[in-house]
Amino acid sequence: MTVDAASVAPAETAVSAVECVDLSYQFPAHLAVDHVNLSIAPGEMYGLLGPNGAGKTTTIRMITTLLPPGTGSVRVFGIDATARPMLVRRAIGYVPQALSADANLTGVENVELFARLFDVPRRVRRQRVDEALSAMGLTEAAGRLAGTYSGGMIRRLELAQSLISAPRLLVLDEPTVGLDPIARSVVWEYIARLRSQFAMTVLMTTHYMDEADAYCDRISLMHRGTIRVTGSPAALRAGLGADATLDDVFRHYTGDTLKDSPSSPEEGDMRDARRARRTARRLG
Amino acid sequence: MTHAAPVAPPADLADNPVAASLRLLNRIGTLCWVEMRKIRHDRTELYTRAIQPALWLLIYGEVFTRVHAIPTPKGIPYLAYLAPGIMAQSALFIAIFYGIQIIWERDAGVLTKLMVTPTPRSALITGKAFASGVRSLVQGVVVLIIAALLGVSFTLNPLKIIFALVILAVGSAFFSCLSMSLAGVVVARDRLMGIGQAITMPLFFSSSALYPAKIMPGWLQVISRINPLSYEVEALRGLLIGTPTTMWLDVLVLVGATIASITCAALLLPRLANR
Ligand SMILES: Nc1ncnc2c1ncn2[C@@H]1O[C@H](COP(=O)(O)OP(=O)(O)O)[C@@H](O)[C@H]1O
Ligand SMILES: [Mg+2]
Repeated sequence: MTVDAASVAPAETAVSAVECVDLSYQFPAHLAVDHVNLSIAPGEMYGLLGPNGAGKTTTIRMITTLLPPGTGSVRVFGIDATARPMLVRRAIGYVPQALSADANLTGVENVELFARLFDVPRRVRRQRVDEALSAMGLTEAAGRLAGTYSGGMIRRLELAQSLISAPRLLVLDEPTVGLDPIARSVVWEYIARLRSQFAMTVLMTTHYMDEADAYCDRISLMHRGTIRVTGSPAALRAGLGADATLDDVFRHYTGDTLKDSPSSPEEGDMRDARRARRTARRLG
Repeated sequence: MTHAAPVAPPADLADNPVAASLRLLNRIGTLCWVEMRKIRHDRTELYTRAIQPALWLLIYGEVFTRVHAIPTPKGIPYLAYLAPGIMAQSALFIAIFYGIQIIWERDAGVLTKLMVTPTPRSALITGKAFASGVRSLVQGVVVLIIAALLGVSFTLNPLKIIFALVILAVGSAFFSCLSMSLAGVVVARDRLMGIGQAITMPLFFSSSALYPAKIMPGWLQVISRINPLSYEVEALRGLLIGTPTTMWLDVLVLVGATIASITCAALLLPRLANR
């Protein structure tokens, strides 16, 4: 893509990319997010880790302006998400948990839609769309309906969509859930490559410890709506001894294993089963 | 590969009312564009949708014309009286499915993602309403052609025909927004399907699509008067076959209902997205 002259003003580097203060969200029957404080530095790759139902997606929804914070506040690059949602949206590229390219549009159209919605100027639009698709290895499939894509291709298409606006903050909610191991590693390869090319802040959620360990600068462990501990994967592991894994860290801080501990057994399971079904339908 | 560095957002993005309305128009344009692309990719649907109104005219229309069961104003042939009603009905049946479509898009994550772009919610709704309108135009033209082939003589004034098609599209936009508003209330697809079926038939039969309001029982006449489909049908009839109607009132009701329903659906959209 072409280099834009305007880049981040030096003064802004002092401002956190994301700043959540005392953030909570209460669903009618469930406190999904419970006084979360987090601060992400510009340029950081930050992981929110936790089992299904921990409250990761709800936190992401508040950061991306989809949900108004129940209590507390969210700032993205210093902009209050409640007061100026349009400005915050402008700064964000978002890939939701569900595979979400529009099956009734081609790859090109899916990306062009987002180029238009983010005001990419008409004269460079087509070129940028093509470049984004080719960066994601989708040039060949670009003219096909996204409904014919595999799960991994849809994820890459979504990355192309979210990057077309040159976002300052890329938000990835479970970017590899529902993908087979090969597609997972391909997606991570692309994300890592993007990060080295764009001076971008990345906020991601996952419930795969190995992914967080390999790719994140810093992680927060989330359990039952609260953040239990934050630090670099290496530091968290080191705190527990020479050959501790992140799974051990998680068990240490939550007294629970990551694999089979939905934070709210009834609801967490139900909702995730529903999501898994949706994803399976779209992959099928 | 070179690349774009993250750029600071333009400062006037949400402040200036002029910029905000320009953005609204721009986004509406974009979402209409994208809906047009979708329609183009699925043209067979347009054709199969035309079967139902054809059957109504060919079978129901021909039979009831023969039995002279329904008194029409100025004694015009029943088929001519019926054609605008079937036009409105077939557009209604398409429009009412937009609520289900938007729930489907919610389930697929498409809607959520659009809501994290700098796009007003009302533009997302308007794009859908536009698509519903475009689909209804196809229905309208099909009904015009079939009815003409069956010997119905419509107005030859092209302005009146164009105006009628605009009315049809606006009516269809209204019913799609009604459906999307219901989607925001009931939230689940299967429930909306039930409700959709439960309201389309009463809307249809309590309107003047098949018979004049004056042969209805009193209580039904009251419902007919508050049913926007009646106003749509009467406007279409007035324009296409010249039956008497209060055109300004028909237009006012339709446009007012459409604006209200777009607003309502847009306000309910976040509720839908967050399930
Ligand atoms: N729309 C909703 N209505 C009611 N409860 C919800 C809703 N969304 C999420 N929850 C509940 O909030 C909790 C956190 O969910 P979520 O943020 O999706 O977790 P995660 O993304 O970590 O798996 C879960 O117990 C879930 O059942
Ligand atoms: Mg989640």
